[in-house]
Amino acid sequence: MQDMLVIGERSFNSRLMVGTGKFSSPSTMKDALAASGAEIVTVALRRVELENPDDDILSHIDLGRYLLLPNTSGARDAEEAVRLARLARAAGCEPWVKLEVTPDPYYLLPDPVETLKAAEILVKDGFTVLPYINADPVLAKRLQEIGTATVMPLGAPIGTNRGVRTREQIEIIIEQATVPVVVDAGLGAPSHAAEAMEMGADAVLVNTAIAVSNDPPLMAMAFKKAVEAGREAYLAGIPEKSLRAQASSPLTGFLRE
Amino acid sequence: MKVTINGKEQEVSGIKSVRDLLDHLGLDCSKVAVEVNSCVIKRDEYDQTAISHGDVVEIVRFVGGG
Repeated sequence: MQDMLVIGERSFNSRLMVGTGKFSSPSTMKDALAASGAEIVTVALRRVELENPDDDILSHIDLGRYLLLPNTSGARDAEEAVRLARLARAAGCEPWVKLEVTPDPYYLLPDPVETLKAAEILVKDGFTVLPYINADPVLAKRLQEIGTATVMPLGAPIGTNRGVRTREQIEIIIEQATVPVVVDAGLGAPSHAAEAMEMGADAVLVNTAIAVSNDPPLMAMAFKKAVEAGREAYLAGIPEKSLRAQASSPLTGFLRE
Repeated sequence: MKVTINGKEQEVSGIKSVRDLLDHLGLDCSKVAVEVNSCVIKRDEYDQTAISHGDVVEIVRFVGGG
């Protein structure tokens, strides 16, 4: 039986979601997405620059291959996030949204109160809501209770590449989760992604670490393998840690008596 | 008439609908999303949605993001 990732009404083979920001060029982004094996990619919404309407990112994203997940980045409160989600839907997207409410530009940490408020409105409005949150198990529970399709706790602040710094809280979230848990933000190396998957996360979302590397398609492939490896290790059952040595070779039949 | 588009007040003439405005700005209807006075406008309503003097319009499109 296939180990599919099920979010809302859809199933996915890949447990690696990829963001489309910070790439040096659209063709690099396109190659990296392809190498990652991702089926869900995030995008943002911004004002059209009227004096200089630029290249359309959608012309580089095959919508037959990827599910577009618009984020509400830039939203400082619930109202702005809801507006952005509705604008994305009006632009022709599936009604999925990565709910991101980050009023502080220094750490870009998500506002839990505004996130919960916006989630409630958007779930009622028929959206499949994937909320970006700090690794707060109580908030995660509240969001699941109001019907979000996942919870997406951060490993570390956006773009910091610091790895899974919120490990213990994420472990609690995973233990108590009734929806898929996606570790999103701060993953700076494939080993971080593998760690998250070994903990039992259902998926991870990576943007910066792939986009800013010297070879984004190669890094994307590395992340793909790490996510698969971490998931397989989790399914296989990672052994307990012990303090004392546990011999790997037999303790009898030695050449001496 | 004066309308505010993406935060800038602009003088436009001969514009009756959202569709007219997008055409005037040289924008592809299928690549943007539009708000008029904080109301999101459905794409199939661009022709019927009027633009009046003093309206506040936001025109957005998808960009790269995480």
